[in-house]
Amino acid sequence: MSMNNKVAVYRKEHFNAAHRLFNATWSDATNAAVFGKCSNPNYHGHNYELIVKLVGEPDANTGYVMDLKILSDIIRETVLDKFDHKNLNLDTEAFKHLNPTAENIAIVIYNLLRPKIKPELELQVRLYETERNFVEYPVL
Amino acid sequence: MVYLTRLEHFNAAHKLYNPGWSKEQNDMVFGVCANENWHGHNYDLYVTIKGEPNPDTGFLMDVKKLKILIKEQVINKVDHKNLNLDVDFMQGKMCSTENLAMGIWQQLQPHLPPQVSLHCIKLYETARIYVEYFGD
Repeated sequence: MSMNNKVAVYRKEHFNAAHRLFNATWSDATNAAVFGKCSNPNYHGHNYELIVKLVGEPDANTGYVMDLKILSDIIRETVLDKFDHKNLNLDTEAFKHLNPTAENIAIVIYNLLRPKIKPELELQVRLYETERNFVEYPVL
Repeated sequence: MVYLTRLEHFNAAHKLYNPGWSKEQNDMVFGVCANENWHGHNYDLYVTIKGEPNPDTGFLMDVKKLKILIKEQVINKVDHKNLNLDVDFMQGKMCSTENLAMGIWQQLQPHLPPQVSLHCIKLYETARIYVEYFGD
């Protein structure tokens, strides 16, 4: 098959979480100056929307790039069960020592999913923190 | 009679947790929403007022003034805040979407000009869950 047969498939999920932007090596004043209201010590929160994109050639037998039900189960077990209705700073291993910006959350989600997805499929994660703020990783 | 709606939004943390109950009972009733360390939402707030347009301006109310009122009385108090800990008008209440909508009504209603009535507070907690409060 040629490159022309590659298809992108997407699965959209969502999770609701609290967080604060905080650099532990900085003073409270510096955190407040850099991160503003996003550094509120009592946290704030978002409805995150997650779009997982896979690119590959449809399987000759199934016609699927990947069975999206299986992808949905992987996202739920690998990402949503860890992050949904949680405090990203306090309740997750990934952000104990990493600032939970949208950028870092996207990188973490990519790294959680990558080993669970066939290596021949390209993976890209798009994460909406609000309707107006979103990030993508990796940059393809 | 004409109705005018302004849409605002805010991002906040909260939890559903009744301090008069045990942790087990809170978990049973509120499930994941009772997570002790909070979770959060992007809230969308629709404020609808009603009345007769002023014959001189054609306005029910100057929407710039309505925007400032909502910002001062509501958004500045709740945006990027913890609803349980940081918000004066939610102290002592359960931070459900229902109670938050009613609290927002109480924040706005006394500050509207006399010829304008508050009609509805519509509050989206997620894209799929919202409540409406009409003041009765």
